[in-house]
Amino acid sequence: MKMHRAEEIWLIVGVAILVLSMVFTGYQAFAQGMAPPSNTETLDPQKVDEHPLFSEPGVFEIGENEYEVVLTLQAFSFTPNEIEIPAGSEVHFTLTSRDVVHGFQVAGTNINAMVTPGYIQRISQKFDEPGEYLVLCNEYCGAGHQLMATTITVK
Amino acid sequence: MELTEKRNLSKKINRVAGVHLDDARLNLTYLAVAFIVLLIGGFLGLFQGLNRAGLMELPSWFDYYQTLTAHGVLLILVFTTLFTVGYFYASLSHTLGGLLPKVRKMGWIAFGMMIVGVAFVATTIVMGDASVLYTFYPPMQASPWFYIGLVFVVLGIWIAAFGAFINVANWRKNHRGKHIPLLAFFATGVFVLLFFGSLGVTVEVLMLIPWAFGWTETVNVMLSRTLFWSFGHTLVNIWYLTAVSAWYVVVPKVIGGKLFSDGLTRLVVILLVILNIPGGFHHQIIDPGITETWKFIHVFMSLSIAFPSLMTAFAMFAVFERTGRKKGAKGLLGWFKKLPWGDVRFLAPFIAMVAFIFGGAGGIAQTNNQLNQVVHNTLWVTGHFHITVGVTVVLTFFGIAYWLIPHLSKRELTPQMNRLGIYQTIIWTVGMIFMSGSMHWVGLLGSPRRTSFSTYGDNATALSWDPYLFLLAIGGTLLIIAVILMFYIAFNLMFFAPKGETEFPIGEEEENAMSTPKWTERWGLWIVMLLAIVAMGYVVPLMEIIVNAPPGSPPFRTW
Repeated sequence: MKMHRAEEIWLIVGVAILVLSMVFTGYQAFAQGMAPPSNTETLDPQKVDEHPLFSEPGVFEIGENEYEVVLTLQAFSFTPNEIEIPAGSEVHFTLTSRDVVHGFQVAGTNINAMVTPGYIQRISQKFDEPGEYLVLCNEYCGAGHQLMATTITVK
Repeated sequence: MELTEKRNLSKKINRVAGVHLDDARLNLTYLAVAFIVLLIGGFLGLFQGLNRAGLMELPSWFDYYQTLTAHGVLLILVFTTLFTVGYFYASLSHTLGGLLPKVRKMGWIAFGMMIVGVAFVATTIVMGDASVLYTFYPPMQASPWFYIGLVFVVLGIWIAAFGAFINVANWRKNHRGKHIPLLAFFATGVFVLLFFGSLGVTVEVLMLIPWAFGWTETVNVMLSRTLFWSFGHTLVNIWYLTAVSAWYVVVPKVIGGKLFSDGLTRLVVILLVILNIPGGFHHQIIDPGITETWKFIHVFMSLSIAFPSLMTAFAMFAVFERTGRKKGAKGLLGWFKKLPWGDVRFLAPFIAMVAFIFGGAGGIAQTNNQLNQVVHNTLWVTGHFHITVGVTVVLTFFGIAYWLIPHLSKRELTPQMNRLGIYQTIIWTVGMIFMSGSMHWVGLLGSPRRTSFSTYGDNATALSWDPYLFLLAIGGTLLIIAVILMFYIAFNLMFFAPKGETEFPIGEEEENAMSTPKWTERWGLWIVMLLAIVAMGYVVPLMEIIVNAPPGSPPFRTW
């Protein structure tokens, strides 16, 4: 079973492109710290309120131009509902769900994370442009899923 | 003595030349129900498209998420499975000299199991007790009868798979040293994947049933998701492998050419079977609970599936060029004009192949972690699988139906029906370009999938998505026209077209073709390799998910 010369060239070029895309992905993920949200901390999904992190969700300044936003997601809202941060700040989101699986997506940014009950999910983003960013749940979570949204105001 | 031998021989010739009537009845039943399901599922899709664009409000007794659950289950699970089993049982019957009586019986039992299962699932959805979408992620909890229905569907699939194995094993026993016919080889690969691919989801469903009855209190959410996708992604590739079987075996005959290469074709099947199952992780790239390292390893596992597809792309265009040149084509691209564009049995699968260039490229992009994060759970993904499943797979299935149905019903594809088929193919394609194209674009902008019409309180960003969603609805409207046409064509070919004989087109090898190596037939080895790859991909992540699991989740009914 022999391949045609042209097919060999085609396959070599194709595989080279695939390998190149993997190298880029790996470089971005591990050298530049751009890997997708993959936090492995856990908590008891029935005791979110008692957890030290989530007993008081809110926006906290943790450094110069650096904020931590602790959010809980539940059908069909985000807590806290009002998020305001100054332009140019680095924001670390700490997320968990009180009930079913939700998604945390901020339109116009690369923030996109699944928030599953029992896990603490983390994702960071630098907000340079002032404006109002739409935050929405992008995993079907029930009858009011299409209403589950809030905004982040960057001033 | 001589007389009985002669009689046996003529019986055999009859079987090979004509269609085995008992088998045809079974396979036509599968196909008929498949097209009824397509019609229902198509209308549900239309309603969603219109709702999503803000043009139609759905009634409270059958809301958007019920519609979406039913659309997904009916088209993704039921239509494709019924068509696949009907098509491959017909292929086995044709290429192996008829189904064994017990296999035919298994085919009927499998059909009955699937129908019972679908009845359970559909009833719970209609009653509003299972608005959990076809992915049924816990801790959303549907009625236990929804999950029990799924068990019946899976059992049906397994019975059909083992029927196929028995028939193939029987043929091999009677034809020692011979290669099984190419289409039967594809069928074996597909049923191997159906069986092994569905093991994970079966374990998941068996954990969900006692939880749904309230016998267990909590469920492991991440484990369930991971087991689901070990199946979900394999299923996608099962349809794809089914479509590819027609590209390799049927299309060359339809265009008056020969097979590309019997051996390389079998190699593609083997690679797709072995490499498939660990691809499931790329549906969980932004999940918590799975480490960055494992996610990266799975980029490799997912991308490896692209290799056999690259082989297929080469093979298809090589066959087209060879055939065109044999018909006297000149110049670099002259062969393109020699292809039978007016023959729907060619046009439909050809467009399916072209769609896979785009679908495959989008899939490769999505598989890479960071790029996936940009589009995960946006309408981009919905656009992606409407071009891969909705065009690459389904248009090939339609292309098969134009000859398979009249072959089984002993009728003919008339020139009028062929012309109607061409229109159907074009309307379907244009509809999908509108729908899938706008889904891809608006998904990049951030519009989420699986969400009913919403302006998020007249948010400016959300309002800017509306024009694309309107294009989506236009695409959906064109598609329903194409669905109705296809339904009409399928039933016309089944019951009303003129009587006659229609060929089951099976491509032949070139005269100077290389012989196929013996090792391609070592299915035991392929299954061991499949299991080894599954173990490499899944054992450690599953252990991590189980060992480091948080306390489980109680049930929620949020609809």
